[in-house]
Amino acid sequence: MPRPHLYLLASLVVAFGISYFSDRIDPYHLDVLTGIGINIILAVSLNLVNGYTGQFSLGHAGFMSVGAYLAAAVSIFLAPKFLGPDGGTVWQQGLFFLGALLTGGLSAAGAGLIVGVPSLRLKGDYLALVTLGFGEIIRVIFQNVEKLGGALGLNGIPAYTSIFWVLAFVAVTIFTVTCLVNSTYGRGFLATHDDEIAAEAVGLNTTRYKIVAFVTAAFFAGIAGGLYGHFKMTITPTGFDFTKSIEIVVMVILGGMGNTLGVILAAVLLTLLPELLRPIAEYRMVIYSTLLIALMLVRPQGLFNFHLGKAKS
Amino acid sequence: MDWPLTQMLTVKNLEVCYGAISALGDVSFSIAAGRIVTLIGANGAGKTTALRTISGLLRAKSGHINFNGEDLTRLPPHQIVARGICHVPEGRMIFSNLSVDENLAMGAYLQRDKARIAQNRDYVFSIFPRLKERLTQAAGTLSGGEQQMLAIGRALMGDPKLLMLDEPSLGIAPKLISTIFEKIVEINRNHGLTILLVEQNARLALEISHEAYVLETGRVVLHGPSPELRTNPELKAAYLGG
Repeated sequence: MPRPHLYLLASLVVAFGISYFSDRIDPYHLDVLTGIGINIILAVSLNLVNGYTGQFSLGHAGFMSVGAYLAAAVSIFLAPKFLGPDGGTVWQQGLFFLGALLTGGLSAAGAGLIVGVPSLRLKGDYLALVTLGFGEIIRVIFQNVEKLGGALGLNGIPAYTSIFWVLAFVAVTIFTVTCLVNSTYGRGFLATHDDEIAAEAVGLNTTRYKIVAFVTAAFFAGIAGGLYGHFKMTITPTGFDFTKSIEIVVMVILGGMGNTLGVILAAVLLTLLPELLRPIAEYRMVIYSTLLIALMLVRPQGLFNFHLGKAKS
Repeated sequence: MDWPLTQMLTVKNLEVCYGAISALGDVSFSIAAGRIVTLIGANGAGKTTALRTISGLLRAKSGHINFNGEDLTRLPPHQIVARGICHVPEGRMIFSNLSVDENLAMGAYLQRDKARIAQNRDYVFSIFPRLKERLTQAAGTLSGGEQQMLAIGRALMGDPKLLMLDEPSLGIAPKLISTIFEKIVEINRNHGLTILLVEQNARLALEISHEAYVLETGRVVLHGPSPELRTNPELKAAYLGG
């Protein structure tokens, strides 16, 4: 078995181990850990688009909301039918939740395909604008669908998300993205990033590469959304607005575009920072923003990026 | 339409525009198999535009491009590469964050035959031994000349029938320019590879090519065997410095 597969297996075992002992962990810490995990999934998947492939998407929260709403809808409307009035056994619940998450992920991927196919033919800033617009459109749609709670959002989502699911999907996300970019096929993402014209000249279909990256990222954003909804038990359209997208983009930039390890560390740091600053509540956002500015001034190539920067062409 | 069969590539009445601005108006030329043909001309004459249109990076407004009896005019770039036309773009566009080895591997992107890839790699190393020394180095850290060698090597990995070179002398140390041009001749002579060369350095281009087309503001103004054009008084005055 090749090494990355071993890592994946080991991570899944660790995830299971942690979740086994989760009742001994402080609930607040567990909450923060869950938040970190969800942000890692979001940031690592967005890094595939914004980092490795060199595109600029500003709509990650939009895909997250598609996943969150669809997965929550499956749980709310279908759980009584499938699991019966008593809620089913742990295994039945787990399987059902996996189905709900995948529904959310695949719907987000579908949305990614619909947005991606026309807009990824464009180069540069246009994609940022289109994805930005998509995020807003999707928010307005969810705000106006009465069946999904409208502006009040969806409440009473079953709390299926456990630390096991979060850690397991963190592992799967990192595994997928790493294997994808390190494969022969995946070198095409880096080539598209380095030089689109040269990539086309050696025979790459760069549009297809961009779409694969975009749809894969959307899928994992959808999974993260599903986990988020079943963790908070309530979701509102405003929870997935533009600021959320920016937050994820900041993690990618701070971690160093196209550097998975850096992006993971940045996601951990940026989730922990507001928590650590909680005691000085009034100054929290001020310090948070100041730190961000300072970090960007000191390390514009990304906090944890030690690789060669993009050489001048 | 009847295409002369001895010609590998025939471009007929090609017209290309950037928005409202015409870059090529009614350009026709052809390349016979096994020859080095050059397009020369000043800045903005349309040389690069012609190459980019042939490789599908740009769309022609009208006209035809025929390669070995097949019409390429509306094909996307990756399908044109698959037919055997490899383009070395202007300014050495290599993948700077990938290693030399990975850049070469990208060149063989459409090639599925492993043995053939290994064979092509050895061939590239025999022409540019320098690349073998720098195999694991990030391509962005190579010198300008080495990057140009890599760009040509990468194109050769694609197993081309026609190699198109866009300004291989651009921004390279003079000493290396002659090396690279010698290699171009070598590739053509020893392996019979057909080459379409775009070059601002007209003197150099006429020295190594068999045939030349002179472009001026999107039109072919002169065409003939290169040795003949070298002594053409008009051309001498305009491009070769008297």
